[in-house]
Order: sequence, then C-alpha cells, then structure tokens
Amino acid sequence: MNTRGKATTGRPEDASLSYREALREALREALATDERVFLMGEDVGRYGGCFGVSLGLLEEFGPDRVRDTPLSESAFVGAGIGAALAGMRPIVEIMTVNFSLLALDQILNNAATLRHMSGGQLGVPLVIRMTTGAGRQLAAQHSHSLEGWYAHIPGVRVLTPATLDDARHLLAPALADPDPVLIFEHGSLYNATGVLDRGVREVDLDHAVVRREGTDVTVVAYGGSLAKALDAAEELAGEGIDAEVVDLRTLRPLDDATILGSVRRTHRAVVVDEGWRSGSLSAEISARITEQAFFDLDAPVERVCAAEVPIPYARHLEQAALPQPAGIVAAAHRAVD
Amino acid sequence: MAATRGAPSRGSHTDRPHRARGEPARAPAPEAAHDVELLREMLLVRRFEERCVELYSAAAIRGFVHLYIGEEAVAVGVHQALTERDAVVSTYREHGHALARGVPAEAVMAEMYGRVTGCSHGRGGSMHLFDAGRRLYGGNAIVGGGLPLAAGLALADRLRGEERVTCCFFGDGAFAEGEFHETANLAALWGLPVLFVCENNLYAMGTALAREHAQTDLAMRAASYGMAAWSVDGMDVHAVEKAARGAVASIRAGNGPHFLEARTYRFRAHSMYDPDRYRPRDEIEEWKRRDPVATLTERLRTAGLLDASALEKLEREVAEQIDAAVHAAEQAPEEPVESLLRHVTGRDEEAPS
Ligand SMILES: Cc1ncc(C[n+]2csc(CCOP(=O)(O)OP(=O)(O)O)c2C)c(N)n1
Repeated sequence: MNTRGKATTGRPEDASLSYREALREALREALATDERVFLMGEDVGRYGGCFGVSLGLLEEFGPDRVRDTPLSESAFVGAGIGAALAGMRPIVEIMTVNFSLLALDQILNNAATLRHMSGGQLGVPLVIRMTTGAGRQLAAQHSHSLEGWYAHIPGVRVLTPATLDDARHLLAPALADPDPVLIFEHGSLYNATGVLDRGVREVDLDHAVVRREGTDVTVVAYGGSLAKALDAAEELAGEGIDAEVVDLRTLRPLDDATILGSVRRTHRAVVVDEGWRSGSLSAEISARITEQAFFDLDAPVERVCAAEVPIPYARHLEQAALPQPAGIVAAAHRAVD
Repeated sequence: MAATRGAPSRGSHTDRPHRARGEPARAPAPEAAHDVELLREMLLVRRFEERCVELYSAAAIRGFVHLYIGEEAVAVGVHQALTERDAVVSTYREHGHALARGVPAEAVMAEMYGRVTGCSHGRGGSMHLFDAGRRLYGGNAIVGGGLPLAAGLALADRLRGEERVTCCFFGDGAFAEGEFHETANLAALWGLPVLFVCENNLYAMGTALAREHAQTDLAMRAASYGMAAWSVDGMDVHAVEKAARGAVASIRAGNGPHFLEARTYRFRAHSMYDPDRYRPRDEIEEWKRRDPVATLTERLRTAGLLDASALEKLEREVAEQIDAAVHAAEQAPEEPVESLLRHVTGRDEEAPS
C-alpha cells in the first residue's frame, strides 16, 4: 500500500505496519480512550483473535474488556445489542461473515430495527467487525461475500476498509455513530503492509473516495477488490485507457454523488463486486447509475462479480470464480471500445 | 406444584408467602392494602385486554394482538420484586408486562391505535411496546429474540458495577429456541444478573408442551446450566411474588442468573386470528377455575378485606382509567406520513420532521 505517515502508539512514525496491526491500533485506542468500549467475540482474548487482530489486548485491558465468548453468535451479538442499549459501546467480532448468519436475526430484527420500532427511543450504538471474502482456498463456507446483503438493511451502516488508513481510522467514527455499524475486513488484506498517512486522522464514513483519477472509464470497487481495480487501471493505462477508480468505502449509505460525479465525467462505468451478480450490490449501483445518469452514459454499465457458484476450494477454480484484474480490464474494454 | 431445582428449597408456595424470607411480619392493614394493590394491577391488565377485544372487533385496533388474560399473576407478581432501576425485556404478549411496569394505560392504548402519543410513537403496535425511561426494552416478536438482549443489558450493569437486575419474560415455546440455550449458558458462565421468567402456558401457538419438548421439566433443564431454577404456580400472584422476591434478592446478592418457570394458562386463543381448535374445552374450563383475579378477589373477600362495595369501587376506578385511555387515544393525532422515514438512524433524529 502506497501510504506514508505516522502511527500513534509505540511505533516509529515511518515504520511500516500491516492492515492487521492498523486495526489493532484502532482497537487499542478505542479501549484506552473510552471505558464504555469493550471487545467481545470468539477467541478475541487468549487466542489473540482468529486473525491475530486483537493479539496482546487481553493482557493490556483485562478479560472484562477483551472478552472471550462461547460459540454462540446469536447470543453474543444479541448481548452486544443489549449492552449498547444500556449505554455501553461494544465492539463485537464475528469470525467471518459466513457465521454471522447465525446472528442475522439479532442484527436485522433487533440492532437495525429497535430504533424505529421504539419510535426513536432506543439506539443501538454497536460496532460489529467480521471478515469477508475469498482467495485463501477456504472453500464455500468460509469464503462468501455477503456484505451486500447487509447493505440492504435500513438502520445499519456498512463499512469496507480497503486501505491501511481506513483500517486505522474507521473505528473511532464508527463508535461515535449512534447506530449499528458493520465493518467488513477482507481476509486477504490482513497481511498487506504499508506506512500510515500522517495527514489522515479520521475517516469520513459518508463518502466514497476517488483512489485514482481518470477520464475514460469509472471503475467502482470496495474492500478486497480495490487493489484489483487499481491493478487493472495500471494495465489499462499501459494501453492508453485512463481509468478512474472509486473506492466505495461505505456500502450503506451509498454515496451516489461521488459515483455519479465520476460517471458523468467518464461516461462509462464498470462495477466490481465480490458478491454474486444476481441481486447484488453491483446490481443496485448499476440501477442507480442508469436511473440518475442514463443520458450521460456512452455504454451500458458493466459488472464484474463472483461466478454464481458456492466458492470452490481448488485454487484455479476459486480464482476463476472471483473478479480478477483481467476481467476488469476486459469489462473496461467493452465499455470503452 | 413447587418443584425446586438447583437451589435450596423455598418451601411451599401455597401459604400466604408474599413476604420475602426474613422480613418481619407486617400488620394486617398494610398487607391488605398490598393485596388490594395486586388485585388492582391484575384487574387493570384484565379489563384493558377485554377492552382490546371489543376495540379489535370494532376494527379500532388492528394487527396481531396477543392477549395475556389468565396470566396476569405472573407479570404483576414478578414486578413486585423489581424496582424502576431494573430492566425488563418482553415478548409480543406484553400488555401485562408493560402495564405492570408502570407504562401508562394511555400510552399503551395509543400505541394500539397507532397514534403519535403511543409508547412507541405508532411504530410498534401491540407487539412492540417500548419505554426507554422505564427501562422496558420491548416488545419482541421474534420468539426468543429478546433473550440475548437481556444478557447484554445485564452485562452492561456488571461492567459498570451497577446492582441492577434484568428480567426477561418468554414462553415455553421460546425455551426450545437456541436463543434460550445460548443465553442461559452465557449468563451462567459470566454470572450475569438476569432473571429468566418462563411463562409456561402449556402451548406454543397450537403446539402442546409435550409435543415441543422432549423433556418437559423446564426448570430441571434450566438448572443444568448451573443456575438456580424454580417452578411456581403462575395462577397464584402471592406465590409468584414470593418466588420472584427470593430470586431477585439472590441475584442482587451476586449469585448470577436465576430461572423461574411460572405455570400458567392463557384463557384466550393465541392471537385474535386463532380459532383455538387444539385445546380441549374441559382443559380450558379447569384452568379457568383457577383464575388468578377471581382467586385473589375471593381470598380477600373471605378474609373480610374487600366487601362488595369496595370491589365495585375498584372496578369502577379501573374502568374509568381505561375509558380515559381509549378516549385519549381516539383524540390523539396520527403521526404525519411525512415523518415515515424518521427513527431509522440516529442521524435522522436531528432532521426536523
Ligand atoms: C422465531 C419465530 N418463530 C416463529 C414465530 C411465530 N410464533 C409467534 S408466537 C409463537 C408461539 C410462541 O410460544 P411461547 O414462546 O410459548 O409463547 P406464548 O405465545 O405461549 O406466550 C410462534 C411459533 C415467531 N414469531 N418467531
């Protein structure tokens, strides 16, 4: 990751760190600065987090604040909701989005709904973190990308940090949000390393960001697909096609203005989404572009999504099932040529 | 009927047991006054819901309406043990819980009418009564959905060193959901101050207890999680009060979650839509002979604590309260449609409606 800058805790300013460590620093800061914050989930304590994100935090903050839970997704997510109702600021970790389905009832029927059903009396200021995505040969039950489903739900915010800076600085504003915030960390990003941008202090949760400016085609991506979109843009640049890359960052609410602003400049759009095409977030984005910028388009909106199969184990099959830079390049060609 | 599991015996629940153990005996006068209060609260719930039936037939209120008639002793008895600092999590059969919690009949009735003065501003209806100020956290229509919330409310209290109890009501049907078992395990594991009150009315909609549970001794199963668990006669408000006081005192003393099964019965169908074809008539009649309101009235009468005119006065006061609630609800404005999108996220709350 081509970022530069400064860390805030116990690390030289220009030292590089991993996405995992950036998340950990954000957690450490949250635990240190607000005593209402506590972290809870399967193996977040003694084990150090199943992806190593919370390693060392138990020793630092103790078992009340870094709380190992039984394998009971529904109960501990629901308990997070209850604690949030009572004024705490829980951060609940679910190992992966696949297992979050055991808590979907609590997330949709309680966390997202209580404010409205109570006529505005009860808010649920809860943060739920989980991994998403494929690419590590973990087969279907550990590889799905369901963040688009969660983005369907009014009453929640859905964040997909794709960069080190976002990983480091998304958490504080997420905790300040009065409503449930779901943070999706793509599993392939944890080992990515770089240097934090010293200029970034807090991330704007309402707006998408243009990660690469361009004039010929807009590539909309998020999370684990951002790097692929940027790689594709480099390749396209070599062929004389200047792609603009928009990182959604927030899937709900969607920042129409940034997406449409870019499409109105480039007149072409490619949407990259690791979810399945049918009924996906990419479908929603494509619909919004045609609804709002139809007459600015010079070509149909292109989509690059996961193949419509449960994600397979075998490496070649898995790679074939996922959006890849080559597919993004091909889609951009279809739009531009 | 008192089966004791996982905890020392609390003795029979059939003597006049509404004093907590160790409390000095009260003079008859305040005791009588307390009993009349219990009767007043149960009568309020009973008459409120009877009015709901009329209003429903007249199409003044709509939606799913689940009546609590027959089960009033549970909500009223349990609430004697709770203070306003405690929290309550409830189900879709919650008129009794809300009224016993002290939510004004007006606010509950207005909610049934979908009016802006309703306790959920018309967003919830009969199944979603909320009152943040009174720490009533729903009104959950997902069977078992409130159970984990109760653990979380209690966890927050534990983390902040608050000596509060969270009381969670749910049914025998909910006991079969994973939600109960995950939450019981979590609450016992972490020693959380939760009172689980299982209102066993013998049916989950049309499914009888023995057709939904391989082992129908619910207290025994709850005790297997390592928490104190009792069964109590849910038709006897004194028995419920005594058991709840004992459990809440023990929870406050730091003994972790407790489970109370109240054996009760709903005299009406599951909801207004239910033709109730699954229960033998003689079974219903048999339970009606144990009507908690009639039983307490009779006890007070034979003890010479409530004569006919006093009872009539009580009934009149309750009826006036309900009349006033209905009148106020009918006069109350509807939430304007322009505010449809309010209360979805907290940020919207600043937006003028
Ligand atoms: C998760 C879920 N499954 C099914 C239903 C439909 N349903 C509503 S009430 C009910 C019966 C619940 O019985 P119980 O928990 O014993 O409570 P009671 O109605 O007897 O008070 C059912 C099956 C539901 N609301 N939620």
